[in-house]
Amino acid sequence: MNILYPSLLALLIPVAQAQEIAPDVLVKSISQEVIAVLKQDKDIQAGNPKKVEELIETKVLPHFNFTRMTRIAMGRNWRVATPEQQKELTGEFRTLLVRTYSTALSNYRDQQIDYKPLRAKPEDVEVTVRSEVKQSGSSQPVAIDYEMEKTPDGWKVYDVKVGGVSLVTTYRDTFSSEVKERGVDGLIKSLAAKNRQGERERAKSGKT
Amino acid sequence: MAKRLCAELLLAATLAGCATTGGNPADPLEPFNRAMFGFNDAVDGAVIKPVAKGYRAVVPGIIRTGVSNFFSNLEDVWISVNNVLQGKFQEGFEDFGRFFINSTLGVAGIFDFASDMGFQKHNEDFGQTLGRWGVGSGAYLVLPILGPSTVRDGFGFLLDTKADLVFYIDGVPVHNSLYATHKISDRTNLLDASSVVEEAALDKYSFVRDYWLQRRRNLVYDSNPPREPEEPDDEPTKK
Repeated sequence: MNILYPSLLALLIPVAQAQEIAPDVLVKSISQEVIAVLKQDKDIQAGNPKKVEELIETKVLPHFNFTRMTRIAMGRNWRVATPEQQKELTGEFRTLLVRTYSTALSNYRDQQIDYKPLRAKPEDVEVTVRSEVKQSGSSQPVAIDYEMEKTPDGWKVYDVKVGGVSLVTTYRDTFSSEVKERGVDGLIKSLAAKNRQGERERAKSGKT
Repeated sequence: MAKRLCAELLLAATLAGCATTGGNPADPLEPFNRAMFGFNDAVDGAVIKPVAKGYRAVVPGIIRTGVSNFFSNLEDVWISVNNVLQGKFQEGFEDFGRFFINSTLGVAGIFDFASDMGFQKHNEDFGQTLGRWGVGSGAYLVLPILGPSTVRDGFGFLLDTKADLVFYIDGVPVHNSLYATHKISDRTNLLDASSVVEEAALDKYSFVRDYWLQRRRNLVYDSNPPREPEEPDDEPTKK
């Protein structure tokens, strides 16, 4: 008798919804997974950036929508770019964001992360997952919010806000003045140069 | 003396505003600002950052938190006044409660028991109060050593320093070393963030500027800024 109830309930819930992980649960579980690895992995603690990048590549990136991020950062210039340029831009911007993110993670020490309860309706297709990071030695926590959208293959992050400020829109002015001065190709070149420089520095020092 | 220098630079910068124009409408003083940014960056790289790194390496986290809390506690009084000036009486009351609890139970502010008791720390200053009163931010302005600001926030800062309780501690050497410790303590808390900026920015100057301006706007409106007339960003799904 008791066994019947759960199975009956399961029948009532549509399959897609049953499989879907709530956005806040997703963010929380990924962060915990990544932090667990950071804490264990000796290579990462010794300052091996390649290892951090690998970790991000496999665990974190699948949950980001980089095309949308690039589109937001480009603003109205997105439409000026050809589909090829859009692809190149997205690729370079992705590399830049990944390196930035891995630098942030390599700095991870003993921050405490608190997740705020999700305020969203079940039918929402865009939500904000809020968290607060408290670092030792500091009296003020930093708010980190993830803007997420619902897609057929789960929830995806399309913007990250630090202290309420969107990292993606922070690029907007730089991008637009670059495009104004040197065109879309010029921007792609600058991004690529920045990425190569980051790579070189990384190779040289091993750690930032 | 540093304050007089500040005031003079502010004035100079305001006047210069009429003469120069740059790319970003919020940053008409870009040439001046870029130069000052470069200067600050050099000072930071040569002195402040290395000291902050040393401080972090030598002083255990628990003591650094105590130092950071101590200054943070002194700020709560002025934060309280600013909240009241902005008509946020409950917040102002909470700030005062924080100061009271942490100054006594928290041993001169070294421990932040008030946060554990549910009194949230707020971020206010006179620049934000002016913003709340409807004063526009004015031109973006990079101040020597102090870094990113705006004309409005620069004026606000002049009052903030007068309201800083450290200002009233007797003895010039004592309060100068307290200022220095405060600066180093704040810088230490930003070490990680600044290495991320190095990595992230295509152009560090404009990245910091754009982040800063958005951040201040966000603070003035306590994280609920009215929607800006945004550039169309070609997003079919939203807005």
